[in-house]
Amino acid sequence: MSSISIDKEKCKGCGLCVKACPKKVIEISADESNKSGYFVADPVRMQDCIGCTFCALMCPDVCITVEK
Amino acid sequence: MAVVFEKTKMLTDVNFHYCPGCTHGIAHRLIAEALEELGCEGKAIGIAPVGCAVFAYKYFNCDMQQVAHGRAPAAATGVKRVCPDKVVFVYQGDGDLASIGTAEIIHAAARGENITVIFINNAIYGMTGGQMAPTTLIGQKTTTSPHGRDASVSGNPIKVCELLSTLDGPSYIARCALSDPANVMKAKKAITKGLKNQIEGKGFSLIELLSTCPTNMGITPIAALDYVKNEMTKIFPLGVYKDIDAAQK
Repeated sequence: MSSISIDKEKCKGCGLCVKACPKKVIEISADESNKSGYFVADPVRMQDCIGCTFCALMCPDVCITVEK
Repeated sequence: MAVVFEKTKMLTDVNFHYCPGCTHGIAHRLIAEALEELGCEGKAIGIAPVGCAVFAYKYFNCDMQQVAHGRAPAAATGVKRVCPDKVVFVYQGDGDLASIGTAEIIHAAARGENITVIFINNAIYGMTGGQMAPTTLIGQKTTTSPHGRDASVSGNPIKVCELLSTLDGPSYIARCALSDPANVMKAKKAITKGLKNQIEGKGFSLIELLSTCPTNMGITPIAALDYVKNEMTKIFPLGVYKDIDAAQK
């Protein structure tokens, strides 16, 4: 069982993690925005996470932590 | 569960000011992680350029100096010669390094200064509003080439790695892309090697990172990564252009 946590106040919703994830765990939220007004990344299918860290490797704002 | 990925201590907690999807953040992280892994905490000195990365001194958890436009290799030369025990890295964009700073980078490379240069090539001027850069591709639309870059008017893109690898001074010159996880991992290896060469006193290293500027390219961050992978790598092929270690074997 692996999981990721996203620092949503740092996230800018660019979607690079969504593209990088081979298991389609992450989606950009349609309604949840942060204080900066960005629609943030949301790990909606966390049960599918394999802890590969691809999302964290591509995150330009270094706001993802991965546990495995 | 064990933490397998977290933010490196060599980056501060300040939020990056870069646009969403800008690969400057990935480049910052790779440099910071490489410095941490090489045990450079407390002995790294970074030279920030003029360009979007002008605020890099806020983000790296080490001493930083922000210098005049294009003069980062010259400033790094001074810093490294005065403090030879420090690890000095230079962070420059394509407008900074390949345009106004062409003289400085060529002569720093020719002298074989013992510094590590990270060259961010996104083929456009980011901070000033998307003007044509020396590295802009033929046919690429920018605010100063609205019909696409025309070689008969604006010349051809400068290929910095190829240019500098003809000199005798550099010890390591490589070009990587920040377009996908595999290439990001390769980029980190190249940056680590560049910094290690400096620690071992082998001389000048330059790592070019093909990057994106989604805002000024006028495309989404994901489309910008595809542009790097499919279009930019045709003109700027990835690979190692010079490595004195490989030549000695």
